[in-house]
Amino acid sequence: MPVSFEVNGKQVTVEVEPRMTLVDCLRHQLRLTGTHVGCEHGVCGACTILVDGEAVRACLMLAVQAEGCNVVTIEGLSNDEALTPLQASFRRHHAVQCGFCTPGMITTAHALLTEEPDCDADRVREVLSGNICRCTGYISIVEAVLDARSAYRKSQGPPEGRS
Amino acid sequence: MRNSFVGSPVERREDLRFTRGRGQYVDDLSPDGLLYAVILRSSVAHGCIRSIDTAAALKIEGVHAVITAQDIPGGPPRIAMRLQPLPEFKPFEQSVIADQKVRYVGEPIAVVLASSVAIGEDALERIVVDIESLPAVSDCETSAKGDRLLFEEHGTNCPMTFTAKCGDADAAFETAAYVRREKFRTGRHYGLTMEPRGVMAEWATGRLTVSGAAKVPFFNRRILAKQMGLPETAIAMVENDVGGGFGARGEFYPEDFLIPFAARHVGRPVKWIEDRRENLMAMNHARQAAIDVEIACARDGTILGLRGHADVDMGAYMRTNGAVAARNIAQFMSGPYRIPNIKLQSSLWMTNKTPVGTYRGPGRFEADFFRERLLDLVAKDLDIDRVEFRRRNLIRASDMPYRMPTITPFESKDEIDSGDYRLSLDRCLQEFGWSDKEKLQERLIDGRYHGLAVGCFIEGGAAGPKETARLEIDPDGSVAVFIGSSAVGQGVETVFAQIAADALEIPMDRISGVHHGSTAYVSDGYGAYHSRSVVMGGSALLDATKNLHDLIRATASKRYSCAPSDIKIVEDRIIGPRGISATFADFVGLTAEGIFLNKKHTYTYGAHAAHVTVDAKIGQVEIVDYMTVVDCGRIINPMTVRGQVIGSLVQGLGGALLEDLVYDDQGQLLIGSLADYLLPTAGDFPNLRAIVTDMFPSPINPLGAKGAGEGGIISAGGIVANAVANALGTFGVEPRELPLTPQRIWEMVEAGRHPLTKASA
Repeated sequence: MPVSFEVNGKQVTVEVEPRMTLVDCLRHQLRLTGTHVGCEHGVCGACTILVDGEAVRACLMLAVQAEGCNVVTIEGLSNDEALTPLQASFRRHHAVQCGFCTPGMITTAHALLTEEPDCDADRVREVLSGNICRCTGYISIVEAVLDARSAYRKSQGPPEGRS
Repeated sequence: MRNSFVGSPVERREDLRFTRGRGQYVDDLSPDGLLYAVILRSSVAHGCIRSIDTAAALKIEGVHAVITAQDIPGGPPRIAMRLQPLPEFKPFEQSVIADQKVRYVGEPIAVVLASSVAIGEDALERIVVDIESLPAVSDCETSAKGDRLLFEEHGTNCPMTFTAKCGDADAAFETAAYVRREKFRTGRHYGLTMEPRGVMAEWATGRLTVSGAAKVPFFNRRILAKQMGLPETAIAMVENDVGGGFGARGEFYPEDFLIPFAARHVGRPVKWIEDRRENLMAMNHARQAAIDVEIACARDGTILGLRGHADVDMGAYMRTNGAVAARNIAQFMSGPYRIPNIKLQSSLWMTNKTPVGTYRGPGRFEADFFRERLLDLVAKDLDIDRVEFRRRNLIRASDMPYRMPTITPFESKDEIDSGDYRLSLDRCLQEFGWSDKEKLQERLIDGRYHGLAVGCFIEGGAAGPKETARLEIDPDGSVAVFIGSSAVGQGVETVFAQIAADALEIPMDRISGVHHGSTAYVSDGYGAYHSRSVVMGGSALLDATKNLHDLIRATASKRYSCAPSDIKIVEDRIIGPRGISATFADFVGLTAEGIFLNKKHTYTYGAHAAHVTVDAKIGQVEIVDYMTVVDCGRIINPMTVRGQVIGSLVQGLGGALLEDLVYDDQGQLLIGSLADYLLPTAGDFPNLRAIVTDMFPSPINPLGAKGAGEGGIISAGGIVANAVANALGTFGVEPRELPLTPQRIWEMVEAGRHPLTKASA
């Protein structure tokens, strides 16, 4: 069946089976492979995307449920020219090793900082505790998110990509 | 220009793509005509296959083929061992697909090829497999009884017992003033990677391309070529971005044959991506071991001897590196301590569980837990301060190189290269603030008991025999690096660019790329295991630099009709006589390989100290502070090596407190999701500190580097268990088993509160 939604600022219509998850639709139909699949049961957070501004697990949502939604993936939070302040902070703090959890971490952190640019370390840990990283031990990720807060405090709102 | 990229915290090149979702992992590839493979796995732990009926599955629209053992001409091949390939192990190697018998839950029985994963999964439900169940062997004790054999034709469940020896342990125990005997055991963990495994194979006109290769692509190509009856040159193994390794990813698994075979079988590209439930039952397990061990000491606390017997739960088959942990438990139990008389045996027992392989710090996590627990118990008995007891028995700087126990069979003589273990212990205690915090030992504050522990470790690295690197001059005069080392997320593109830029004396942005792992890049590669990439690949890069310079000089001397010795290379400029001046760009396409050969190992070492609090009512442990000091030879990138230490430590804390692959006595895995297999999350261990030092360069390689990245995990079990024991001293709690789950701690506390009623410890 057809489903229409906006993804990274572009209107798309895709033909999907009713049982297809949103993450499979994004990755395999729309070739947006930056969103990763780590568990398919909503525990690891690797597939986190933004749906109408909220961080959502794309493996727990069916593609048909995205009808009429505004979807933003890691590709939509990225620019060709340079890393965004949040991405640069991940790099500076060595918050990335194998990179598999990274897109989900960044989408989750972006949603948090957009809503709560003054959050403290405990709040960052609480929110990120839904995203599993097996490489870094998280400390550098928490530091990276805290360090990126200033970029979200400016009055013009979030500095990222096209969202 | 003298660069100093080596030693600087250079930001990673990889992150430019990873932070933007531009990494390319194997599941991101979808060539035209792709079929998806899904695998039917045994739900029975031990049994004989009577029949497999695939007719109904094949009727489903979109199902292209179902492959079982009988579809493989000549029968399914077995997977050869990569490390310690002793003849005794041969009969226990795994067939690529179940052939007559199944021996663990998760063993592949059939492969469905379909136009989508969903259709393939529909088809799995239509395959009818009739298995006659046999009694399962679910632990070492049952395995040792010998009345249920996994391989009846071989007459035993124990393919091998390793023995580590030095001095005369029996004589030492006969005369020792103090002896203590203990039993310990560790749980079953695995090197869970965030990216599940995946393989994609494409077959075209006699040539096979296999994407998703990792860790040891060249070795795996050798196995695959033999199994497929192809020359190695007909197979290209492609290493994409790899979402974590930890020892488990990239070894040769059944699917590494089944998917290439399937691609040739149907003449179309085939991709298989593991789901998480499969991953839990199909990726190598690790760690589960028990030991019955004795220690002998003089009254003054000098350790005189160690003897005992470990039993290691191997699962159902001997996999590529399955013997490593069992061997390491015996050989590295003494670790950083000077123990003159050792006789330790380690028996491998086959059980009806997922087969084991290496997981970061193989055998060392287990052995360090056994040893550090034992040392704390002994210090208490002898009334010696636990720090002083350790300091007194550490291997000394003057002992270097220090000969380790010999392990047989597979005679291996190994020595520790360099270091001063007391310095790292003292630094750790000082940074941790041991003398102040020690006052908190065993104290109850606001409902929580405080405990502290300290211990030391060594970690091996730099496995040989060889690594290859190649440099090639690009059209714009920049230099591309090609290397036989593999990337598993550890950041080798950055550290090799640092090493190459320093060696060539050119800016780092003139290193156009670091191309790793894939078999097309160099003539021979050995990959990433045993913390070997930086030492082996980095040293090969130095040789390649020298060879590239020689080649440029030879080429220039012909071009300019002068002697090679008249040519000077300054950074990327070539200067000759008579005012001749050129740049690398004038030598486009010149390429030179370099190699590094090595038979020795590097030994990174250090110390850990931890402060925990325990809520005795609910058995919950909090890490209040944790300091680790790691001395790892010459440091290439202090930021990434520190990242390895912290990351590895958190994995170790997971193993110490959370992770356990639980089976029932029928060999059923009771863990089916990440809701059951508990991994550390961002809120669990926020108070960890690590300091990396470079006090003692390794004398065995030109970089002076040592393999690092496993030291965090190795110590975690022993340190946490000792800290918990010390916190709960009031209750006489002495943990002898990991993981220290809340239930296990609570049971020990209850046993301490009510010593007369029986409660398990």
